[in-house]
Amino acid sequence: MDKLIIEKKKYNSRLIVGTGKYKNFEECAKAVKISGAAIVTVAVRRVNIVDKSKPLLMDYLNPKKITYLPNTAGCFTSEEALRTLRLAREIGGWKLVKLEVLGDKKSLLPDMIETIKSTEVLVKEGFKVMVYCNDDPLMAKRLENSGASAIMPLASPIGSGLGIVNNINIKIIRNNTKIPIIIDAGIGDAVDAAEAMQLGCDGVLVNTAIANAKKPFLMAEAMKLAVIAGRKSYLSGRIKKTIMGKPSSPKKGII
Amino acid sequence: MAKKIKIKIKVNGKKIQLNKKTSINSLLNKLKIPIKMVAIELNKKILDKSKISKIYIKENDHIEIVHFIGGG
Repeated sequence: MDKLIIEKKKYNSRLIVGTGKYKNFEECAKAVKISGAAIVTVAVRRVNIVDKSKPLLMDYLNPKKITYLPNTAGCFTSEEALRTLRLAREIGGWKLVKLEVLGDKKSLLPDMIETIKSTEVLVKEGFKVMVYCNDDPLMAKRLENSGASAIMPLASPIGSGLGIVNNINIKIIRNNTKIPIIIDAGIGDAVDAAEAMQLGCDGVLVNTAIANAKKPFLMAEAMKLAVIAGRKSYLSGRIKKTIMGKPSSPKKGII
Repeated sequence: MAKKIKIKIKVNGKKIQLNKKTSINSLLNKLKIPIKMVAIELNKKILDKSKISKIYIKENDHIEIVHFIGGG
């Protein structure tokens, strides 16, 4: 399959998976492996200085073998998000990051004004920024103009499982931009992931739909296949939709 | 023998006591934290990890030590 390219780097999978909400790191690492993802999102949090016996994510997912995409999940201001990503860069020199600045604690929808401001600062500081955003074509264009490395519009609110609620906007965003579009947040099942790819998106980011599925490993595999199927379907060029039926067999020779 | 002078600081929101003239590097060693896997902030300023053996902790310093965990 044609590869996902972000900032000139090629990735073997168009599926990006989050590493939150799993029962433990073993389950997380196994699901990631089955999904075939080449990029995983990770969060930046305080080290537990009291109980140091707790296992570390890096013991289960080797950052030399899989791309860690540090994320600012849970940040509600530009200041918090910038602090988080500057720290992430210091951990191991990561420049490719995912920016997420939320604006509302209930819907978890992004604050686009703070998001754009933060993108501008991060780009100036040399970060390669993949930006979580609303499914708003104008905001997506602004992010592209601000130097974002990829646009990550939501399908629907984070963890909602509602799937793509505004596929027209996603199509408009696709037509308006040349940088990668990764559908982020709200994917509920493999059908949603395939739909995102059929709309021409470059990739999909999934966390809750895999981690909270009754059978996470089976869902990880389903997501992998859905993203491949959706991409191939998009590239093959679907037929036009018509209201009336068109016979599949020739009329000539009917008995 | 004179008693060692102690200083009070905060690490990841927790109050701890240290001997005077402790470097950030020795604090991390004392806490058994692998330096390669973390980033350190001293009073909201991110530290260059290659220089932390020369940075000494002072009374009332606020230190944050962070790493990567699972997240979406």
